[in-house]
Amino acid sequence: MYREPAGPPSVTSAPALAELGLVPWREPTDERWLRRYAFIWLCWTFAYTVPFVAAAAALIALEPLSFPVALAALTHAWIIPELYAYRGASVLRPKGPRNEGGEPVAQGLLGDLLGHEPRRLQRDTGLAMERGGMGVWLIGEAGALLLPAGGRRVHCFCVRATDGELPPSDRVAHLLLALRTDEQGFATVANHAFCGAPWRVRRRLPRGMRPGLDAARAAARQAQV
Amino acid sequence: MPRLIRMDARGHSTLAEWTREDQAAFEAAVEQFRSGLEGGYIGVLDRGEGRAEQVRELPRDAELVIMRRPIAGG
Repeated sequence: MYREPAGPPSVTSAPALAELGLVPWREPTDERWLRRYAFIWLCWTFAYTVPFVAAAAALIALEPLSFPVALAALTHAWIIPELYAYRGASVLRPKGPRNEGGEPVAQGLLGDLLGHEPRRLQRDTGLAMERGGMGVWLIGEAGALLLPAGGRRVHCFCVRATDGELPPSDRVAHLLLALRTDEQGFATVANHAFCGAPWRVRRRLPRGMRPGLDAARAAARQAQV
Repeated sequence: MPRLIRMDARGHSTLAEWTREDQAAFEAAVEQFRSGLEGGYIGVLDRGEGRAEQVRELPRDAELVIMRRPIAGG
């Protein structure tokens, strides 16, 4: 299902992403790092929801008339995870001014880089799906999602091309080429924004992008078998 | 025919084309490639099937070499 790691680079090529030199302090983002970060996000989610739920239960138990305060506590327990999921979904939202004039040409190049199915998906959703060694990636104009094998979790990364005048498909192509060059380096350069269940991110995505996440999740589930 | 392109505001621009036999065209392409690197671009060779390679020198036998801008965490 997943592609094999790339072979040894030639003399004239660079094995790692050039941009890694800009973030020398960062620990390489590999599968172990992702598993650890997913666990930390899970603990963090419990840490900011369980106290509110417990407080609401205690208030009702002690004084049923305090239900308005209990309701406020439960609202906090619901809204804070929603805000984090919104932050995760936001990595795929288009940001800033977009040079739509060059889009037809850029779309042609991106289409050439993608296979048949990912090309169709990209045209429908604006997101490019790419199978990597760490899982299935979904690349937008200014960010990427990674669904490790099994598709039970999604990691959201903020990452973008540094040229603000690029048309949307060129922005995706920049990220795609960097990912294909050095997957671990790509994940290291990108800023990790969120980790959680895909359904939490899905309902915060623009409606037109949701089929992209569905396809990536299905591909990640197949990768487990 | 091998091509050197640059992703830019127009989608992409073809910087050079060459053939294996045409040394002058290839040297002109190498000049464009080096100029791109000095301008902060990164040369990438798409190998297909989800693989790409960052190149510091222009490969003569490549079908398509793409110059891209660096990426950064958002």
